[in-house]
Amino acid sequence: MVTTHTYDALVIGGGGAGMRAAIESSEHCTTAVISKLYPTRSHTGAAQGGVCAALANVEEDSPEWHAFDTVKGGDYLVDQPAAQLMTEEAIEAIIELEHYGLPFNRTPDGKIDQRRFGGHTANHGERPVKRACYAADRTGHMILQTLYQQCVKRDVRFFNEFYCLDLLLDDAGGTAGIVAYELATGEIHVFRSKAVLFATGGYGRMFRVTSNAHALTGDGPAIVFRRGLPLEDMEMFQFHPTGLARLGVLLSEAARGEGGIVLNKDGERFMERYAPTIKDLAPRDMVSRAIYQEIQEGRGGGPNGDWAYLDISHLDPKVIEEKLPDITEFARIYLKVEPTKEPVPIQPTAHYAMGGIPTDIDGRVVVGPDETPVPGLYAAGECACVSVHGANRLGTNSLLDIVVFGRRGGAHMARFAKGADLPDLPSEPAAQTLGLLDSILTRDSGDNGADIRKELQDNMFDLAFVVRSEEGLSKMQEILGNLRERHDRVAITDKGSVYNTDLMEAVELGFLLDCAEALVVSARARTESRGAHFRDDHPLRDDANWLKHTLAYRNDDGSIRLDFKPVKMGPYVPMERKY
Amino acid sequence: MATAADVLSGSDDREVRGSSDKVRLTLKIRRFNPEVSDDSWWDEFVVEADPLERLVEVLHEIKWHQDGTLSFRRSCAHGICGSDAMMINGRNALACKVLVADVGTKVTIEPIRGLAVLKDLIVDMDPFLDGFKSVLPYLVNEGGEPDKERFQSPEERARYDDTTKCILCAACTTSCPVFWGDEGYVGPAAIVNAHRFIFDSRDEAGATRMKILSEKTGVFRCRTTFNCTDACPRGIQVTQAVQEVKRAILFERF
Repeated sequence: MVTTHTYDALVIGGGGAGMRAAIESSEHCTTAVISKLYPTRSHTGAAQGGVCAALANVEEDSPEWHAFDTVKGGDYLVDQPAAQLMTEEAIEAIIELEHYGLPFNRTPDGKIDQRRFGGHTANHGERPVKRACYAADRTGHMILQTLYQQCVKRDVRFFNEFYCLDLLLDDAGGTAGIVAYELATGEIHVFRSKAVLFATGGYGRMFRVTSNAHALTGDGPAIVFRRGLPLEDMEMFQFHPTGLARLGVLLSEAARGEGGIVLNKDGERFMERYAPTIKDLAPRDMVSRAIYQEIQEGRGGGPNGDWAYLDISHLDPKVIEEKLPDITEFARIYLKVEPTKEPVPIQPTAHYAMGGIPTDIDGRVVVGPDETPVPGLYAAGECACVSVHGANRLGTNSLLDIVVFGRRGGAHMARFAKGADLPDLPSEPAAQTLGLLDSILTRDSGDNGADIRKELQDNMFDLAFVVRSEEGLSKMQEILGNLRERHDRVAITDKGSVYNTDLMEAVELGFLLDCAEALVVSARARTESRGAHFRDDHPLRDDANWLKHTLAYRNDDGSIRLDFKPVKMGPYVPMERKY
Repeated sequence: MATAADVLSGSDDREVRGSSDKVRLTLKIRRFNPEVSDDSWWDEFVVEADPLERLVEVLHEIKWHQDGTLSFRRSCAHGICGSDAMMINGRNALACKVLVADVGTKVTIEPIRGLAVLKDLIVDMDPFLDGFKSVLPYLVNEGGEPDKERFQSPEERARYDDTTKCILCAACTTSCPVFWGDEGYVGPAAIVNAHRFIFDSRDEAGATRMKILSEKTGVFRCRTTFNCTDACPRGIQVTQAVQEVKRAILFERF
């Protein structure tokens, strides 16, 4: 049975970007949020350290400095007009969150307090600056809760535990709706709409060590990719230097913002050698690479010599208790380590996708080097690529991204929907989805999805992580071909209709494999090192050939073709990235 | 004082730094599937697990290699999304914040109580969320917004800090005997979220919330058993928050 619903606009994903978009859109047109999780389960809630805006509440600052840091931090792959816009709108966005009730920490005179964060500097790199607005080390949690509260207040319509599995386009290539699977019943729902905004988050679950939730399987990017639309800069994936050893659970950069330092096994503060000016507050890609180099040179700790240590034991216990309580608890619970007394074992963890569905500054999905918008199709947040993060996102800019571009995307989508006619659904809109699900449900024996997933994660960790090479990436591409074949034969044991998470995990694995393939093909092509993408066979940045965005498309025959588009430049001329 | 290097070399033999031997864990799990039977039943599984493994990953091991029909909610796997509240050895907890080493070699897992079980460890969250929504869980301030942030002193901010930690996992509410016996009771999580706004100096709807909570489904149903405080995976002093709301209603002190 297929149920059909009709809305002016749909938001896919109930995290920060999705809810911010829905708040905007639902004021102007009928809007529904389709979310595979209850909204407050979204991974926005795991963000810890802060959200930057040049409020200058604590010390001198300006949006222009913030824009410069964002562009330099992104190793000049950032579209500069987008970064300028985001850093200017940051102030208004933070004030809006405060008006929504977000409980920011406060200065003694009652203003929003601010603290230091990696790569955020005063006057173009002179010194670290206090720019990150925060609520202890649960800023993302507070943003997620606050946006959910505002959605409750506005009675925003949610379809919770509905998995979006397909995007519907009309004959002219415009947006016509989506197809979703209701987890509770196994029913298929067709949502007909004038506009759709994807806000499905990242895809860090393709790596063995990740800070990402199990739910982060790249559903949105994979769905549009399967519909022949491009994915941008997929090779740019951030590895956060301070993941809890073994587990990858994030330990916020705020720990270093408050004065924490990173050590090798000899207890040496090695960042002094790699970034003499801002040391431990260097951007994440640099710190992760430095950890790798320390490990390679035999100064890593732990049983396999592949750990470094985050030391906050010298900080005032009051600071730890008031400003870093959650990460302190993580170390205690998961590693049985007492951070107030001893360094915490860490290793780089797959954290954030800079790449994703290409959009303009209004969240419109755009195709090709000439950036032709797809009518009615939008994306925002981690699943999108504006691009404000370029080759390496600065800490705090993801929370900023979701509120600034969630709002812009939602507003533009509502304007579009009000002026558009309801498009015709394609004939048999659910056919493709039903075929996909039936093929899995009716297969009696075949490959185990968990084994395929583990091989994907282990190999991506070994071959496409902090340090990459043609040799490793070509091997990974071959492995992915094999895993895709096996995934075509995936079999599950749960054949039921009620809460069949077995079935959904098999489908999500297919999304992950698509995203991984786009990542690896894009990374192979980019024969340079830039930001988070480091090739030990091409260790230098190559602006002459590679100051451009990658676009990956799925061909009809299943292969991937690449195209490129120029970076939108602005006032900042690429220079060597030193800190 | 020992240097960091001393600490590092002195602690190399710690459990966390070496691979400790796996333990054989027997899990007894209460199952329910409306497509199979009207009644629940118990299944037993044996898993070899690292003592530092999270229980949610042990459940994954069962789902992925022993019984794919085992169903539970989970997402972040580190205690912040609130998906995987369940009753573990008789106490409510998040399966991602309990380690194998914390439960010994035998563990019993059941769904949280007081909400309808839909399948295995998955319960109907809607009545819980309805309770949350009933207390106006959003900032109300009709005073006109300033261009900049509203000011709030660090002391005013600290007043409601504890109750901002809530992740709506329902561990507290479904540990409450009053909630088990009375579907109308809003439960501790809703009161925690009311507290978060009642004691926020920027909010203006405290009186309305307290009127809602002074009704028969509200805060005076609480019998102060402290189950909620014990159950909270975020360490919120839930019972204290409930008592503060009671006192505020009685004495209008907020």
